[in-house]
Amino acid sequence: MNPGTESIYSPAHGWQPRLVAFFCNWCTYTAADLAGVSRLKYAPNIRVIRLMCSGRVDPQFILEAFARGADGVLIGGCHPGDCHYVEGNYKALRRFQLLGRLLRDLGIEEQRVRLEWISASEGERVRLVVNEMVEQLRALGPLNLPEKMEAWDREMTALEETVHAEALAAV
Amino acid sequence: MKYSYFPGCSLKGLGRAYEESLLPVMKHLGVELRELQDWNCCGATAYMSVDEEEACVLAARNLARAENHECLDLLTPCSACYLVLNKTQRNFREFPSVRASVERALATAKLPYQNRVKVRHPLDVLFHDVGIEAIRQKVVRPLRGLKVAPYYGCQLVRPYSTFDEAWNPVTMDRILEALGVEVLPYPLKTKCCGGSLTGTVPQVGLRLSYILLKEAVRRGADVIATICPLCQFNLDAYHSQIEKMWGPARIATVYFTQLMGLAFGLDPRTLGLRRNFVPMKPLPEAAAPSRAEKPNPATAGQTL
Amino acid sequence: MSASNGNGNGNGNRNGSQTGAIRIGFYVCHCGHNIGAVVDCAAVAHYVGTLPGVVLSRDYKYMCSDPGQELIQSDIREHRLNRVVVASCSPLLHEHTFRTAVERGGLNPFYFQMVNIREHNSWVHNDRELATVKAKAQARAAVERVRYHDSLRTTRVPIQPDVLVVGGGISGIHAALTLGNAGKKVFLVEREPSIGGHMAQFDKTFPTLDCAACILTPKMSAVRAHENITLWTYSEVAKVEGYVGNYTVTIRRRPRYVIEDLCVGCLECVGKCIYKEAKFPDDFNVGLSRRKPIYIPFPQAVPQVVLIDPERCLQVKTGKCKKTCLEACADRKAIDFSQQEELVQIKVGTIILATGFKLFDAKRIPQYGYGLYPNVVTSLELERLVTSSGPTSGEIILRDGSKPRTAGFILCVGSRDTRTNRWCSRTCCMHSMKLAQLFKEHTQADVTIFYMDIRAPGKGCEEFYDKSLREGIRFVRGRVAEVTDWALAPEEEGKLVIRVEDTLAGFVRRIPVDMIVLAVGMEPQADSQAMRRLFNLSCSTEGWFLEKHPKLAPVSTFTDGIFIAGCCQGPKDIPDSIAQAGAAAAECLALIDRGYIEQEPNTAHIHEENCSGCKSCLPLCPYTAISFDETVGRARINEALCKGCGTCVASCPSGAIGQHLFEDEQIFKEIEGILA
Repeated sequence: MNPGTESIYSPAHGWQPRLVAFFCNWCTYTAADLAGVSRLKYAPNIRVIRLMCSGRVDPQFILEAFARGADGVLIGGCHPGDCHYVEGNYKALRRFQLLGRLLRDLGIEEQRVRLEWISASEGERVRLVVNEMVEQLRALGPLNLPEKMEAWDREMTALEETVHAEALAAV
Repeated sequence: MKYSYFPGCSLKGLGRAYEESLLPVMKHLGVELRELQDWNCCGATAYMSVDEEEACVLAARNLARAENHECLDLLTPCSACYLVLNKTQRNFREFPSVRASVERALATAKLPYQNRVKVRHPLDVLFHDVGIEAIRQKVVRPLRGLKVAPYYGCQLVRPYSTFDEAWNPVTMDRILEALGVEVLPYPLKTKCCGGSLTGTVPQVGLRLSYILLKEAVRRGADVIATICPLCQFNLDAYHSQIEKMWGPARIATVYFTQLMGLAFGLDPRTLGLRRNFVPMKPLPEAAAPSRAEKPNPATAGQTL
Repeated sequence: MSASNGNGNGNGNRNGSQTGAIRIGFYVCHCGHNIGAVVDCAAVAHYVGTLPGVVLSRDYKYMCSDPGQELIQSDIREHRLNRVVVASCSPLLHEHTFRTAVERGGLNPFYFQMVNIREHNSWVHNDRELATVKAKAQARAAVERVRYHDSLRTTRVPIQPDVLVVGGGISGIHAALTLGNAGKKVFLVEREPSIGGHMAQFDKTFPTLDCAACILTPKMSAVRAHENITLWTYSEVAKVEGYVGNYTVTIRRRPRYVIEDLCVGCLECVGKCIYKEAKFPDDFNVGLSRRKPIYIPFPQAVPQVVLIDPERCLQVKTGKCKKTCLEACADRKAIDFSQQEELVQIKVGTIILATGFKLFDAKRIPQYGYGLYPNVVTSLELERLVTSSGPTSGEIILRDGSKPRTAGFILCVGSRDTRTNRWCSRTCCMHSMKLAQLFKEHTQADVTIFYMDIRAPGKGCEEFYDKSLREGIRFVRGRVAEVTDWALAPEEEGKLVIRVEDTLAGFVRRIPVDMIVLAVGMEPQADSQAMRRLFNLSCSTEGWFLEKHPKLAPVSTFTDGIFIAGCCQGPKDIPDSIAQAGAAAAECLALIDRGYIEQEPNTAHIHEENCSGCKSCLPLCPYTAISFDETVGRARINEALCKGCGTCVASCPSGAIGQHLFEDEQIFKEIEGILA
């Protein structure tokens, strides 16, 4: 095993939900900073990725996070009408609604993805949303998408082989 | 307009005059009241202080019965009942332990309960549903010249009701004004009448009653109008003791529904006015009902 | 300090300027105990040291200190680092600091990534083990990401030197004068017909008791006379477009029906108005006096020009008036009923907001009887009564004209109260003591102040509190329960009775007085939310404009080039407001005199070879930075117009748009690293 590729969790922690968050620079990231300055305490399961605007959140980022083992994804943007870039958050909302259908088809429960409007002054709301979501993820249990994808791959390979063998037999 | 009706023990006992005036007044305004079948104690009184959870169970049984009624608005004229029923609904919503014991108890009686009832006070219904204009139109004998101190008591406005202002309620003022009376500014509107302390620690309880009475007299009121059976009793029944302790403060205290009945021209004898210890002064000439009320023999000669 | 060397095998440098191996230096900051007490920094440094490409990994007490920055610089040289990651506080606080350090070390400043393990980790988590695990994941994400960073250059945009100041209270006036004196052109926009704000309504100022008018009016006149200041009163900001250095602002100028340049303020028109009696409530005197439909806001108003109230003037309302005012004005011809609302566009580089506060509406606490008992007044009403130029010529009288012999001041009305406003309004203790001293001086009345805590922290303020005590003003500690007029004892007859628990004496008291003064607190302006949207600012939960940093950037906002001063940021007294106004002016000057703005190079760019010319990005850009080049059938981005939101990047179906600093590849690597 390459150095640095083993899990940083020790088995003693048991299973811990992994929540990846995409926060916009102006509202939600600042709110999370405020939560820090106010020393509000919340679950350490969240990992924040800073983007300039929630409009930058490409649906592929969300899928990538799940594919890399996230159990939940949280997107945080400015309240409607408050976007630093006028309307990026509306674009985020639109994409988010479309993505919902795709995730359902992949068997990803809708509680695993959440879009929240949190303004720069709402540190308390960051705490609330993160804790709530981590609790929900705990209740849902691990998503294990990477393993599932491997299983799907194996299924596909097996299927291909069968079809191939039948084709050969026919010849 | 139809409402379920929860009289509570007071309106069948000490506060009978309240029911005697409320029912004809509501009927006169076209409001139909259906008394709750097989109701029981609301859970107020000592029960609430001894075991709040059990008291809530008691109250919830009434609420559960009301849910079987056609109308989910439950008219509750007694302030104590109004408070306890509201409090029970709040506790049921917010405290899982109360919810559990209520559900457990009601299940033994096969009474499902979903907390859907709306507990309404007559002032709320008269002001918001019937409307001041409809009341004004029913007035045939405006009580002009009658000066009234409006007294709401503590339990109606705090902490659960939202239909009026907690610090300066005005719904009764508006209704009384529609009857033609002069409503006096009375800053003690929501101060304590002494509650059950009038019986247990009279030096404290009766003093509170005295303050209310004295201020009404000082402001030149002819009568105090109230909405609560306990307030009415405290302000009416202890005059001789109060007089001995702090001096005279004699003024009649009646239910606002009694004044409504008078203004609507209903038969004064049916409005329970003779039950007062301190009877109301004869109405000013212009407003005097045609048939003079027969004085109560027990209090005859006590008119001011 | 510990350092561990990892193996230096590099991953491919995609398109950076350097060739060869990626050599990452990683630093984790203890921030004293701020991080170190929760996150095991040495463990994080050790872990990161094992990651591919990391040649150096250190933990250090204070990375932002000079030695910390030096360390980065010398390491870059000695260890030939070509990427740097610092795990410390929020990038909003120190990203710039470290980028500069990296640049000084001889590296492009954008070969840097910051990890927030303080605000987003040690300050919000308790479990040391899990916090350390999280810090490792955060650090790994940055290390993965930074490999893919590019060498970038900031762009310089010239700055427009003119400044807009919104709000003509003492803060706005001071800011405008400071900037004007520095030779900058200033537009001062005020909503009311005169500048002066709340300070113009005050009689004296605490703790020196000097006359407010004497110190304010010269400044007001100076604004009017200043060659560099354009004063627009009775005007509001309607629209703000652009960005730091280049704002285009639309100002709505309401019609006064009087031509400002022609009016000499002789007031003859006011005398001749067909309304013989002044019958409309006068805002300046908080309704304590009356004015006519044509009026001047107050005698010292700047500009010294009348205006016509369109709601009251017969001519404006009905067009049927003898227009005696026109006759009075005669050949000066200053009155013009044909005036219309006007929209004016200006270009400025920086903006100062000094929009002030609104007073708490005392009616919201009904138990204090404001609006019910005529002799319950607010502190501002008393201020007008005590002013010699006020409606009673400085006499404090009850509504029936008699003199009060006793008075009670109730503090914290709409402040420090969970039912209304939780914050301390900061000025009411001192303001009430000032009014109490003046009250005593004017009436020889017995004055009692009902307080929760006396807050007198300013210069000379504690001494002023002492003076109040020495002058015989009584202080009763306790929040007043109610004000009422029912009498329990003979001495209470005809008086207002204050019921209060005296928390020092330990019992409930009833204190009868003639007059009650409510020290109403400060609140954000009613339209602060609309203003916030207009200028793209943030507000605190209470509605005050949010400063960029509560300590380090108290007059800056999250929108570059827009600064705040005075009470729009939170309650404060006159000295603090003026200090902020000066600070905001200095911030503007610092930007203007540098001459250019350095823009974060986070703009979007098109990979032409991938662009299919579908045009779906075009309508997404709120800044119309994307155009379509018909000749080649590709989209083009004007990087000067792009603000770097990245919405188009996320939307391009062909993946043909990138964003500097936030490239897809960088974010994918960050995701991968963070889920390690």
